[in-house]
Amino acid sequence: MGSFKMPSLGSDMEDGTLVEWLKKPGDQVHRGDIVAVVETEKGAIEIEIFEDGQLDKLIVAPGTKVPVGTVLATLVGGETPTIEEPKPEIAPQLAAEPVRPMPTEIMPTAGTRQRVSPAARRLAEQGNIDLATVRGSGPDGAIVVADLAIEAKPVSTKTLPDLEPMRRAIAAAMSRSKREIPHYYLSHSIDVEKAQNWINRYNMERESADRLLFAVLLIKASALALRDYPEFNGFHEEGNFAPSAAIHVGLAIAIRGGGLAAPAIHDSDKLGLPALMAKMRDLIGRVRRGGFRSSEISDPTVTISSLGERGVEALLPVIYPPQVAILGFGTPLPKPWSVNGRIETRSIMTASLAADHRVSDGHRGALLLKRIDELLNTPEALQ
Amino acid sequence: MTEISYRDAMGAAIREAMIADPRVFLMGEDVGHYGGCYAVSKGLLEEFGPERIRDTPLSESAFTGAGIGAALGGMRPIVELMTCNFSLLALDQIMNNAATLRHMSGGQFNVPLVIRMATGGGRQLAAQHSHSLEGWYAHIPGIRVLAPATVEDARGMLGKALDDPDPVLIFENALLYNQTAEIVEPVSVDIDHAAVRREANHVSLITYGGSLGKTMEAAGKLEKDGIEAEVIDLRVLRPLDEATILKSVAKTRRAVVIDEGWRSGGIAGEIIARIVEGAFWELDAPPARVCSAEVPIPYARHLELAALPSIERIVSAARAVMGR
Amino acid sequence: MAATEKVHLDRTHSLHLLKQMIRIRRFEEKCGELYQQEKIRGFLHLYVGEEAVAVGIMQALQPDDAVVATYREHGHALMHGVSANTIMAEMYGKQEGCSRGRGGSMHLFDAATRFYGGNAIVGGGLPIALGLALADKMQGKSRVTVCFFGEGAVAEGEFHETLNLAALWQVPLLFVCENNLYAMGTALKLSESQTDIHLKAASYNLPSEAVDGMNVVDVEGAARHATAAIHSGGGPYFLECRTYRFRAHSMYDPQLYREKAEVEAWTEKCPIKRFDDWALAAGLIHDTDIVNLEAEVAVEVEAAISFAEAGTLEPVEQLLQHVGAELRI
Repeated sequence: MGSFKMPSLGSDMEDGTLVEWLKKPGDQVHRGDIVAVVETEKGAIEIEIFEDGQLDKLIVAPGTKVPVGTVLATLVGGETPTIEEPKPEIAPQLAAEPVRPMPTEIMPTAGTRQRVSPAARRLAEQGNIDLATVRGSGPDGAIVVADLAIEAKPVSTKTLPDLEPMRRAIAAAMSRSKREIPHYYLSHSIDVEKAQNWINRYNMERESADRLLFAVLLIKASALALRDYPEFNGFHEEGNFAPSAAIHVGLAIAIRGGGLAAPAIHDSDKLGLPALMAKMRDLIGRVRRGGFRSSEISDPTVTISSLGERGVEALLPVIYPPQVAILGFGTPLPKPWSVNGRIETRSIMTASLAADHRVSDGHRGALLLKRIDELLNTPEALQ
Repeated sequence: MTEISYRDAMGAAIREAMIADPRVFLMGEDVGHYGGCYAVSKGLLEEFGPERIRDTPLSESAFTGAGIGAALGGMRPIVELMTCNFSLLALDQIMNNAATLRHMSGGQFNVPLVIRMATGGGRQLAAQHSHSLEGWYAHIPGIRVLAPATVEDARGMLGKALDDPDPVLIFENALLYNQTAEIVEPVSVDIDHAAVRREANHVSLITYGGSLGKTMEAAGKLEKDGIEAEVIDLRVLRPLDEATILKSVAKTRRAVVIDEGWRSGGIAGEIIARIVEGAFWELDAPPARVCSAEVPIPYARHLELAALPSIERIVSAARAVMGR
Repeated sequence: MAATEKVHLDRTHSLHLLKQMIRIRRFEEKCGELYQQEKIRGFLHLYVGEEAVAVGIMQALQPDDAVVATYREHGHALMHGVSANTIMAEMYGKQEGCSRGRGGSMHLFDAATRFYGGNAIVGGGLPIALGLALADKMQGKSRVTVCFFGEGAVAEGEFHETLNLAALWQVPLLFVCENNLYAMGTALKLSESQTDIHLKAASYNLPSEAVDGMNVVDVEGAARHATAAIHSGGGPYFLECRTYRFRAHSMYDPQLYREKAEVEAWTEKCPIKRFDDWALAAGLIHDTDIVNLEAEVAVEVEAAISFAEAGTLEPVEQLLQHVGAELRI
């Protein structure tokens, strides 16, 4: 007794629907006869039988979907073909190939220094943790962040600013700005290669504590330029613009975990670069820890938003009311640039200005940006 | 000590191989009567005749496949594909046959074939003659991918490639053909290892082929800024000499990979992945890449230069990983 | 070594031709059965209906001649001397297979008999055959390379590039186009402007003719004539063998692209039945011969299955072998 099964016609065929029986119980069938039609994903396929015999019972009815290998019908009286029992050739034992090990997925790591994950290293630096005192639990004993959390002083969440009120404050200020202030926007590409080179040279001669960030040059150049364009520096309140004699640049600083603040660097135009740098470092540290004073937030007469090294090419900032202008500096990028009629790759920064049209016009704004450009191209004069 | 050009070094290597082994023959478009698209095979037709310096019609797939068949049949063919952009017309033969026959036949057949082609931009040849596709080929198991960057390698790699029982692809950056150098004959080079072209401790600049010169110049500039850059010439893009890369990076703790191919999905990404896999704990900075801009190579000179890796970009990437 | 041009159709040779066609037929039928039982996997393409082509062509070959075939190549491998055992073991994925289980049904290879695949890229085998023939010519070896391909390959650029170069370089290469009228499911008339394929070939300036691929004697005669011409230094030769596959393209194919009546009409021309009937009528063979041949073939096929079943799986530690001469990562 034999059986007739749902055949596998491909590795991607899992089942088939019996559509039609082409033979009925009692019929004699021979090897190669088409006995049924099966519907597959690809269409209807005629199915052959590989045994001789008499169809006994049709087990699966038409319309039924069954998995590959399911017995569809049984056979009786199959004539066993008289085949001389073959003497199977026994495969010669293959000469064993020298087994070479498969490469492992984990590569052998070069070097011998104490293993500290980059995240753990940074955290340790911030928390002044001596890594020599920490035992690592990571791969091959590497110190990972979790090890510091246990062994180092836990970072208190209380020292971080409470973001919710800040979020609300930002929302209120920015909504008011967009509702009330008729912004206009200007942008200008500035070749800052010279300024960057100057600051690099400046820094090379100094210890790391005395080095300057590029943003300091931007603050200084902007503050000096604003002296000549007072209509961008001051407050617009109750329908009147009051220019400010002092230039207090507010520096937009992002806060870890979200939010930002733009506290003032008082008298930015009068400070030397090292002093500006010190102020800036102090403000950044305090803003990130949540330690700035509310007066520092209300004092700025103008705001600067600089994206630094890791930002994008340009930004279109929103004015912080009651101020009347905000300057944005994108990330300097290497670009083809015409220098004296020749194309060179230069470091190009996009400076943008958003200003209050009730107070100033685009022509003056353009002159302001041009002035900043000029100042950045004489970096030595900014000291 | 003789002063010789990269072009003549390659030509001399072919000539030497043909004299040494009667099974060697050169086949490709304009290798004979024209003298080679880059004049590498100039004069060889007169010396060896049209059977062994075999001009072909513009049938990249057929003559590359014929190289495979001839290699199976006992010859040692050198197939020249003019430029790597044209090699795409033979990609079926390279990928589906040359690289797979040994494996598909369970090790019964091997294909001792050498395929040479020019690669790289910088000659204002625009978007169908300027690309660097060696990284693609380095993706394929079953072939060896060489990138001779020096005259010495141009002189020595071909003979070693012909000794290889499996297919070898040689990518010759076309800007290098005019480069000259003094070499000592006979040259002794291998086709297994990367070479440290400049030893130093601050940062590893890892490159190959046409970018080696720029990288060496960048290293010189960096030195003036107080940054000591080690320069690794990969020489062999498949199989990668991972040990040399990791040893260097474990020492310098910083790596910049310079690759004329595009950044997305390129060999530079592969090298950085190997560095992260094998030297993660040694790194002091994220590895960086200087690759070609993600644009078909433009014709206009200033745009082409802006698209290709430049000394300035290498310097600036190296400075960035140094935190400068 | 010049091939004999004439077909000597005596009893011995008639029995031989018949047996070879039955060997392929029964082997292929068994493969189909084993596939449906999931013993054989991957793609499986059966040669049922086309047996006269491989059998006829191979009669004209010398043991040292090379064969490049397609993915429908079990019959060609059997005819060229690759054992049914190692072919079956290959399809079982066993290391005793003719390609150590690395190739499967579509990639049968055998160095001993110079059987160069088992090529599953349509048209991809032609340039390789060109190179093999070129190597023979350059080395002064009096051998022929035979390249089998389907009519689907005619649409590929590699077909035209290779025919041109073979004729230009006058290499000892026999092109055999197995025109079974369908490239998978696309009819020749739907894909070619000129459906007389031998005419296309002739335009490359090489001798070219069409043969009834359902008649083993015609095919053998044409092959003997072609190989004799090649051996006498006449360069390449092209044969278009007009044939038909009785089975689906591969196993999982409901054959939506052709009419049942067409299949039935061609089935009437079955090369085995035709030759069988003719040889019986001519008194060259007898009914008992057929019974005996079938029994011999059944033993061979069953033995191949036993061999494959008893075969061993290559240790997975050897996965990375056979990629290059050395193990590379």
